[in-house]
Amino acid sequence: MPDLATPKIRLRGLTKRFGDKQVLDGIDLDVMPQTSMVVIGGSGSGKSVLIKCILGLIEPDEGAIEIDGQDVLKLDRRGREAAAARIGMLFQNGALFDSLPVWENVAFGLLARHKASRAEARARAGDILAQVGLAASVGELSPSELSGGMQKRVGLARAIAARPDILFFDEPTTGLDPIMGAVIDGLIVDCVKKLGSTAIAITHDMASARRIGDRAAMIHKGRIIWEGAAADLMDSGNPMVDQFTHGRREGPIEMELRK
Amino acid sequence: MNAILDALALTGRAVIGAFRATGRLALFALSGLSHLLRPPFYGRMFLRAFVEIAYFSLPVVALTAVFTGMVLALQSATGLSRFSIESAVASLVVLSVTRELGPVLAGLMVAGRVGAAMAAELGTMRVTDQIDALATLSTNPMKYLVAPRLLAGIIALPLLVVVADLLGVLGGFIIATLKLGFNPGIYLANTVDFVQTGDVVSGLVKAAVFGFLIVLMGCYHGYNSRGGAQGVGSATTSAVVAASVLILAFDYVLTELFFAR
Ligand SMILES: Nc1ncnc2c1ncn2[C@@H]1O[C@H](COP(=O)(O)OP(=O)(O)OP(=O)(O)O)[C@@H](O)[C@H]1O
Ligand SMILES: [Mg+2]
Repeated sequence: MPDLATPKIRLRGLTKRFGDKQVLDGIDLDVMPQTSMVVIGGSGSGKSVLIKCILGLIEPDEGAIEIDGQDVLKLDRRGREAAAARIGMLFQNGALFDSLPVWENVAFGLLARHKASRAEARARAGDILAQVGLAASVGELSPSELSGGMQKRVGLARAIAARPDILFFDEPTTGLDPIMGAVIDGLIVDCVKKLGSTAIAITHDMASARRIGDRAAMIHKGRIIWEGAAADLMDSGNPMVDQFTHGRREGPIEMELRK
Repeated sequence: MNAILDALALTGRAVIGAFRATGRLALFALSGLSHLLRPPFYGRMFLRAFVEIAYFSLPVVALTAVFTGMVLALQSATGLSRFSIESAVASLVVLSVTRELGPVLAGLMVAGRVGAAMAAELGTMRVTDQIDALATLSTNPMKYLVAPRLLAGIIALPLLVVVADLLGVLGGFIIATLKLGFNPGIYLANTVDFVQTGDVVSGLVKAAVFGFLIVLMGCYHGYNSRGGAQGVGSATTSAVVAASVLILAFDYVLTELFFAR
C-alpha cells in the first residue's frame, strides 16, 4: 500500500540564479501522492527551471528536493539517476528525437533500460500510441512529419511508456486549438489516473489548469505566492492570481517590459 | 595609469577565460573517452557515425588526394634537374602524401563536412531540449551522443587516409607516366623503394588524432550551444575553425615527435 500521507514531492527553499538573475528565490511546495499540481506564472518566471531542477537537469544553488521523503540532492550520481528514471516528462516543445522514427521515440526508455527487445519494444510502442489515440502506423513516421497536436501526443506517449510514478507536463496544450487542447488534457488525466501517478503540470491555459489539476500554485518573482484548489483559480481572492487568471493589464503584477 | 590597469585587467580576464575554456574542454574529452570503457555501448550510434564520417567523406577525400598527387608530380618535375628527376618525383610524391598531405588534407575536408554537421546536429538537439530528454529516459547523453562519435572519428580517419595515400600516389603516377613520359615500372619501383613503414604509420597516427579532434570540436561546440538557431550557427562555425586550427597545430607537434631528432 503506497504511503499517501508523505508528500510525493516536497520542495524546501529551492534557489537558483543564472548570473545576476535570481530565477528561483526560495520555492516551497508539496505535492501529495496521486494528485496533480498545476503551476501557473508569467513567462520567464522560472516554471521550466523549477521542473528541470526536480529532474536533475539543472543543479539548484540551495534548498532541498525530497521525493518520497528522500532528499535527492544528497544522493550520489547513481541514486539521482535512479530517482530521475521514475519521472516521465513531456517537454514544452516536445523534444522528440528527430533522427528516430516515432515508435523508437516512444520505446526509447524501454530500450535504454533493456526492458524489451527491439521487436517487443516496437509492439509495446504500438499499444502506447493507441492509448494516446494514435494509429500504430504513425510509429513508422518521422517526428517532423507530424502536426503539433500529434507531436504532443507522441511526447505524452514517450513520457508514460515506462509507467513512471511521477509525471511532468510543461505547457502540454500551448499552441494547440481548443478542441485538441481539451483532448490532450483528457489524455493526461486518463494517463495519470491509470498509472496512479503524481503529476506537476505547467500551463498558461486556465481551462486546461482546471481540467488537469487537483491543486494549483502560482509562481511569481521566484516564489510561490499562492496555493490552493485548482477549482478556485478563477476566484482565488488573491489579487495577483486574479489578475493573472483573468488576464487583466492593470493590477499588482507589473510586466517588466524593459527587461 | 587607469588605462594601463584596464588593459591589464582585460588581459588577465582573457587568460583566465582561456584556461577555463581549456579545462572545460579537457573534462569534456575525458568524460567522452571514459564512457567508451563503461557499458552500455551504443553500437548503432557508432555505426551511424562511422558511415557518416568514413563512407560519405570518401568522394571528397578521394578527389582531393588524386589532384594533390597530380599537382605534386607536376610541380616537382618542373623544379628538378633532368638528371635525378625520375626517382625524385616518385619519392617526393609518396613521402609528401603519406607523411603530410594525406592526413592533413583529409582532416581538413572531414572537419568541414563532419565537424560542421555534428555541431549542427548536437546544437539543435541542445536548443530543442532533446539532450535533456535523453537524460530523462535513462540515457546518459555523453555516452549516447559523444562517445560513439569519438570512437568513429578515431577509426574512420586513418581508413580514409589509407585511401588518400593510395589515390595520391595514383595521381602522381598518372601525371608522371602520361604527361612527363616516365616509365611506369620504374616509377612504381621507385615509389616502393622510397616509402618506409614509418612514413605511412606516422600519417595514420596523425589521422587518428585529427579524427579525434574533429569529432571533439563538433560535439563540444554543439553540446554546449546556447540561444536558438543563431547559437547553433555559431557553434557550427566555431567547430570547423577550431578543428582546422587544431589539426594544423597538432600536425606540427606530431611531426616534431616523429621525425625531429
Ligand atoms: N540554462 C540557462 N541559463 C541561463 N538562464 C536561463 C537558463 N534557463 C533558463 N534561464 C532563465 O531563467 C528564466 C526562467 O526561465 P524558464 O524557462 O523557467 O521560464 P518559464 O517560466 O518556463 O517561461 P515560459 O512560460 O515562457 O516557458 C528566464 O529568464 C531564462 O532566461
Ligand atoms: Mg517554460
